Amino acid sequence: MIVPPLLPRPEGLYCPAGDFFVDPVRPVARALVTHGHGDHARAGNEAVLATRQTLEIMAIRYGADFAKTHQAVGAEWVKIGEVRVRFVPAGHILGSAQIVIETGGTRVVAGGDFKRGSDPTCADFEVVPCDIFISEATFGLPVFRHPDPRTEIARLVTSVAANPDRTHLVGAYALGKAQRVIRLLRDAGYDAPIHLHGALIPLCDYYASQGIALGELVPATHAGPKADFAGQIVLGPPATFGTPWARRFPDPVICFASGWMAVRQRIRQRGVELPLVISDHCDWPELIQTIADVRAEEIWVTHGREEALVRWCELQGQKARPLHLVGYEDEAE
Amino acid sequence: MKYFAALLDALIVTPSRNGKLRLVRDWLAATPDPDRGWGLAALTGDLDLRSVKPALLRTLVADRVDAELFRLSYDYVGDLAETIALIWEGDRAEDMPLAEVVATLSKAGKVDAPAIMTDLLDRFDSPSRYALIKLATGGLRAGLSARLARTALADFGQVQLAEIEELWHGLTPPYLSLFAWLDGQGPKPVAAGFAPFRPVMLSTPVTEGELAALPPADFAAEWKWDGIRVQAVAEGGTRRLYSRTGDDISGAFPDVVDAMDFSGALDGELLVRADGIVAPFGSLQQRLNRKTVSKALLRDYPAIVRVYDVLVWQGEDLRGLPFCDRRGRLEDIVATLDDARFDLSPLVDFTTWDDIAAHRAAPPDAVIEGLMLKRRDSSYVAGRPRGPWFKWKRDPFIIDAVLMYAQRGHGKRSSFYSDYTFGVWAEDGSLAPVGKAYFGFTDEELKQIDKFVRDNTVDRFGPVRSVRANRDHGLVFEVAFEGLNPSTRHKSGVAMRFPRISRLRWDKPPSEADTLASLRLLLP
Repeated sequence: MIVPPLLPRPEGLYCPAGDFFVDPVRPVARALVTHGHGDHARAGNEAVLATRQTLEIMAIRYGADFAKTHQAVGAEWVKIGEVRVRFVPAGHILGSAQIVIETGGTRVVAGGDFKRGSDPTCADFEVVPCDIFISEATFGLPVFRHPDPRTEIARLVTSVAANPDRTHLVGAYALGKAQRVIRLLRDAGYDAPIHLHGALIPLCDYYASQGIALGELVPATHAGPKADFAGQIVLGPPATFGTPWARRFPDPVICFASGWMAVRQRIRQRGVELPLVISDHCDWPELIQTIADVRAEEIWVTHGREEALVRWCELQGQKARPLHLVGYEDEAE
Repeated sequence: MKYFAALLDALIVTPSRNGKLRLVRDWLAATPDPDRGWGLAALTGDLDLRSVKPALLRTLVADRVDAELFRLSYDYVGDLAETIALIWEGDRAEDMPLAEVVATLSKAGKVDAPAIMTDLLDRFDSPSRYALIKLATGGLRAGLSARLARTALADFGQVQLAEIEELWHGLTPPYLSLFAWLDGQGPKPVAAGFAPFRPVMLSTPVTEGELAALPPADFAAEWKWDGIRVQAVAEGGTRRLYSRTGDDISGAFPDVVDAMDFSGALDGELLVRADGIVAPFGSLQQRLNRKTVSKALLRDYPAIVRVYDVLVWQGEDLRGLPFCDRRGRLEDIVATLDDARFDLSPLVDFTTWDDIAAHRAAPPDAVIEGLMLKRRDSSYVAGRPRGPWFKWKRDPFIIDAVLMYAQRGHGKRSSFYSDYTFGVWAEDGSLAPVGKAYFGFTDEELKQIDKFVRDNTVDRFGPVRSVRANRDHGLVFEVAFEGLNPSTRHKSGVAMRFPRISRLRWDKPPSEADTLASLRLLLP
């Protein structure tokens, strides 16, 4: 490969042959967006290509005018200049995609954020063999081995039953994690109404409109006595637990659904009482499984613990390099 | 082991004291002998395996994991035991009785410890691996004091904590006789012969107005020294120095223990005294919380016990005698002790409460923090009865300081900025942080301060907010504290003891707050 098909630029990963960026962190003329999380999907680009669901999520979050033009792309090839691209499921959140980019005989797959475990709130990750695979590394350290999310949710259900006087205040990122936690609760047989912070409502409504049954959801805006929230589950963005909003709940059990909750020090820092290790990203075994599955000549590693994954590749004799892109955040930090 | 590992993890995330008590109590109730005894010993710090050193763990993990990947992981996780527990591959997830784990670890010698540890790490799941490493290396760090663990035990057995404390140091894990008694299946274990701790008698605070109603002639007065309360017990060849909570601190005070060539139990104040002069509390602090102590520390910070009561002497329990009789015996006893390590807490002469007030206002030594008033006819009883013993502490120091940073609280206070760092004016005109306080205000005042913090935030660092504080704008706290120590850890060079917010001075402009120079004048 003499001319790289993609190269890191301050705005994000750039494809010269197609003159577009993948998940740019600054406004550009043409953006290909893997999924709707704020650090990947930003407002203000001129043209955006993404899955239909990602475009709809961006419209909910940023307003219908989040870009001058937009185009829904799916599994069918779309031509952009000298390049053709298609979007295949990444298993991260609803609408999330890997972007398959073919140029000059080279196939690159930009994995975006992805996970391998099954998740009823989005389509499963699809393995696409390629020449270059761009892998995230959010949980790219061998200490991360996520447990089965169903056992984590079972602990929440048990704790709710054991603490009928307290509210379980579950911190969950507004897009993806919240809906997954709700769906896991429903699959575990928890059918009571679930209370939501206002910031979660539009996206939960959207998930429901896409056929993902979330059961009865009610806004946690009730002004009655505190005791009405006793024994209830309330979901909100973690940042809201430090605000006066959280004071309406009786003796809350602070819960946090995140892959970081595998580390005790993180649990302590956040003052979490019930950590739930539920992640929308690959853990370490899934990352290395994916690297094996895609059989790429080269692995490019971006955001997260890049060095460790690159180190692992080196130990396997797998060519790899870190991209050192800036502007992407850790999960729900 | 799995259930014990789950208890440890639950303790780590449970902020409230009552929550921790409930966890330990439920665990004791649900765990059979002898596992519950071994677990309890681990929680109280009485299980001393220490068969494994951190260096050995690093060697073991180096055999399994690439050094660079381990380094990156350790950097991220920050705790060796946790990093190894998480990174070690092995999903056999076997369970094993805690007693078997303890027996296996205590058999481990230098030669076979690596193989034994590796085998256990392979067999366990990650939480059990974490518990295993903490047990093997000592120091659970579960956020639970030994006393709180014993309190949970007393709750579990429906007995007074004092009863447990009196027995505790005569018993060894796994405490079968103790649990038999608590289960109602056996007699109360006998404490004698092991230099047991006797639960201490505590005083209650008193005000000048309350004293006026009491006859001064009924009371004896002593200085209240600013050290730590200890009980020195030597019986049947065993010598122990206990803290007021019954923790054995002998290891840190070999100078005192060596001089305990008597048979009895004495109650007094542990102080550092060099060249006949009692040193401020800061010097004593150099000696506290150590397992062992260096020659240099022994030389620079020699400890003494200023004795003020005798509980047991030569096998005779004196606690039932009135104070004045015990005092008479005590004076004779102290005269026979090594005067380099023991001296008598002198009585303070007085006739009226006004005399006492005058003494309190002008104590003869800077390390005095008030007066103790003890009824002459009072016997020595455990706990904190109101009436026989009073403490009348000197007034706290008061300064006006400016709120600089606020941090969110935990548990019930997690939605409030409730921990405050405050500062006074330094010579260069900036505010120098001098202390941190998180109580002393009402719930209503907390709401007001929280609102002030949110409305006046100038910067954020994680859970901490930097609050607008300049000469014209800011919130002034009246801060009360018990004393000031020089400190090399704090940039201001001073550290407050027991600071709390005594009043909110919404009315006061920050420019009128105190200066660092005026604060330094309070250094001993």
